[in-house]
Amino acid sequence: MKLDTDTLQRPISSRIRFWVIAALMIAIYYWAIQGMQFEGLQKTAGSVSKSILTGFLHPDWSFVYIPEGEDLLRGLLDTLVISILGTVVAAVTCIPFAFWASSNMSRQWAVSGSGKVVLSIIRVFPEIIVAILFIKAVGPGSFAGVLALGIHSIGMLAKLYAETIENIDPGPEEALLACGANRLQVLRYAVLPQVIPQFLSYSIYRFEINIRSATTLGLVGAGGIGTPLIFALQVRNWNRVGIILLGIILLIILTDLVSGWLRKRII
Amino acid sequence: MRSSLSQTSAHQPSSNAPLIDRYKRLATWLLFIFVLIACSIRTEVTPYQLVVGLPQMGSLLQEMFPPDWSYLPTIWGPMLETIQIAIMGTTIGGLLAIPVALLCAYNLTPNRWISIPMRMILNLVRTIPDLLFAAVFVAIFGIGPFAGMLALVFFSFGIIAKLTFEAIEAIDPGPLEAMTAVGANRIQLIIFGVMPQALPYFVSYFLYTFEVNVRAASVLGLVGAGGIGLLLDRALGLFRYDRASIIILLTLAIVLMIDYGSAVIRRKLL
Repeated sequence: MKLDTDTLQRPISSRIRFWVIAALMIAIYYWAIQGMQFEGLQKTAGSVSKSILTGFLHPDWSFVYIPEGEDLLRGLLDTLVISILGTVVAAVTCIPFAFWASSNMSRQWAVSGSGKVVLSIIRVFPEIIVAILFIKAVGPGSFAGVLALGIHSIGMLAKLYAETIENIDPGPEEALLACGANRLQVLRYAVLPQVIPQFLSYSIYRFEINIRSATTLGLVGAGGIGTPLIFALQVRNWNRVGIILLGIILLIILTDLVSGWLRKRII
Repeated sequence: MRSSLSQTSAHQPSSNAPLIDRYKRLATWLLFIFVLIACSIRTEVTPYQLVVGLPQMGSLLQEMFPPDWSYLPTIWGPMLETIQIAIMGTTIGGLLAIPVALLCAYNLTPNRWISIPMRMILNLVRTIPDLLFAAVFVAIFGIGPFAGMLALVFFSFGIIAKLTFEAIEAIDPGPLEAMTAVGANRIQLIIFGVMPQALPYFVSYFLYTFEVNVRAASVLGLVGAGGIGLLLDRALGLFRYDRASIIILLTLAIVLMIDYGSAVIRRKLL
């Protein structure tokens, strides 16, 4: 009998919790559905979807290469170039940030703490907003895209770098210090050899993310394949949208393969 | 700096390494520098421009302060719409991801003719960034939050399904074998064998995707897919940088709050 009450007591409190959470979830979803406007979109969606499907099935192959002016290959090349440059800018500029934010490189706790806060502030800015700000500052084009990717990537790369630095083996550093090496020598012969492969691997990983971002940067005017895509979408040229999306997918799959191979060779 | 490093390393014991390795390393660096130069010629991005461009950025930031606090009541509604878009997109995407994740996992779907094509579809979906989805759906369904929600459905579907099927493959096979031995069918296997082990991971990935989606939803409006981004686009177009900065600040505050809340829940789950 006692056993029964014991087993009954617990389910009741957990059942109350379950229902409270369930009611909360229902309220949240009821509120969220209010925000969607479902009416007024079925009218044209069917025919538009059909024309999109035919457009995707018959891509505009003539857009792949046009001797003069904007074509698919040049757009993709620009996208690739923007993401390479953005990644390199970030991979180099984030090194001081990483040493700033790693707790074993500075004696005061406040130094690395402030570095971590700065990095997380950089990280929460979406790159597309950074891109828009740079477009306002330096004008539209690839340059704004490179800067946007470079600045935004610092946030994540420096965090990963800092974690790498925090995880290094302290043995070589202590040995060098015991032999009377100065700080720069410790950095060069004890820290860098341990972290460089991991740094490179993270940079290549970030490059994979950046190439996805770079395809969208053009939507706001920061260069690359996004610009012809948004033009094609605005004039409802679905054949061209189809070939551009196809090109983007191929580019991303190819760069993923290459960077995966590179990362495997480095580590 | 790089060349000086390689010079000093030539005097180190490592110079005993085969000559061919050193040439290989040198060739890699040369190729890398050549690619960089080619890239900067292609985009006309030079260090000089970098130095000239950054002060312009500074003056822009100066214009953004002080933020226009009186604009706050106007942007509150679109901010809530952004969260609604993220909730709906993540939920529908997550629900769609469950059956696909079950079909992708090798330990539940031994038939490679089903699981491998499913994985290829997932990889394909994940190659397309959320903003591209949004731009396409805005063209199909018109400007508004519905297009944004659909974009996030596809985006979260790709992420959640991938992470979940990897979690399912990593579960302990013991309970599954025991249930198969006593004659459980496939549905019973999933409900009593897989669910208890994989559900915490699924919910954790779901919340993580929700965090990502709130960030994504805040910029979807730039291509017309509803939410706060629409107002940001307008403020920037009218050169009202004080308004733009208040929008960005509010978005950051909301994103950080949601990140914190979901991190707390996730830590409790796992």
